[in-house]
Amino acid sequence: MVVTGTSEGGADRLAGVPGSSLFRYVLYHADDNLILAQRLAEWISRAHDLEEDIALANIALDLLGRARMLLAYAAQLEGKGRSEDDLAMFRSEREFTNLLLVEQPNGDFAHTMVRQFFFDAYQLGLWKSLIRSADSPLAAIAGKAIKETRYHLRHSSHWLVRLGAGTTESRRRTQRAIDGLWRFVPEMFEPDEVSDPLADAGIGACPNRLQPAWDLCVQDTFSTAGLLLPDDPFSRSGGRSGFHTEHLGYLLAEMQWMQRSYPGMQW
Amino acid sequence: MSYSVPRLAEERDTDFMPQGEGRFSGWSLWEVFIRQRRGMSHVHAGSLHAPDAEMALQSARDVYTRRGEGISLWVVRSSDITASDASDADSLFEPTGDKPYREATFYQVPAEVKWL
Repeated sequence: MVVTGTSEGGADRLAGVPGSSLFRYVLYHADDNLILAQRLAEWISRAHDLEEDIALANIALDLLGRARMLLAYAAQLEGKGRSEDDLAMFRSEREFTNLLLVEQPNGDFAHTMVRQFFFDAYQLGLWKSLIRSADSPLAAIAGKAIKETRYHLRHSSHWLVRLGAGTTESRRRTQRAIDGLWRFVPEMFEPDEVSDPLADAGIGACPNRLQPAWDLCVQDTFSTAGLLLPDDPFSRSGGRSGFHTEHLGYLLAEMQWMQRSYPGMQW
Repeated sequence: MSYSVPRLAEERDTDFMPQGEGRFSGWSLWEVFIRQRRGMSHVHAGSLHAPDAEMALQSARDVYTRRGEGISLWVVRSSDITASDASDADSLFEPTGDKPYREATFYQVPAEVKWL
């Protein structure tokens, strides 16, 4: 069982875990952050005021920054000579393993904030767990990301309270966004063949165990904001194995077209 | 001749306004102060619009401290600042111009003083 072509000693670290698992695991989280960064970047010059425009761009850049760290690490783990750029720009839709939640279109501002809040609360739990990972590069990335994520969650949760407890219109739109995005929540906590064995090995975070803290955070914010938890049991998943909603293809087309048209182009 | 922007029949401005008063009603101007390092004072950096103190603080963080400019932030509602009137500058500040004895350098240190 050889994990990588690098000298990181990956095989030792991953005793009892299939070789390519860590690569796939790192890619999961790289893709989540890359795709949401791209979505948030669509807001630039379109937010309701200059301050929020900059805030959204800052958050997008934070997500892109950690996507880059994770992609570079994934590329190194894979050891096939692919770079972080290759992984971002030359994989097709079926090869992306992000959660369905992050690829959903922006909608209105309330929709973007609800999506962001769900994801921030998820990532806070994730980094809290990964900061203790037995894999030191992953723990180092988590250590940097957790500070940013605390701020992101503060930003998005406060917006939820403002919108939920704001006007009739802001409340209506926020609740509509919650009801529409709720179906993508269970996927975040779904067990999978990569995460669970890595969690047992002390390297990854068990998706299932991230849920109680997420639930508490969401209930707390919703009750302050006067927003309602949906009881719709319908859910969608498949992102981790490359089955996406129709929206990802369009996003990738826009994100990748330049590198696809002019491979290796720099500017 | 007046021209009005076409809009959907069911769409009214008030749909998007808090209490129908105006788009940014309740949004006020805030002044941002940044402390660059420990031991230094907070220095005025600029201003921004926000509906409340918490958002003013977050926006200040995003707009004014993106490049490691500070370690502490203050935001103050601009309307809470009482400023001197520019037309009073003569009476307020000019009289100090001919009072050099208020400057430490006006005084000669006596030779006997050793440790100043």
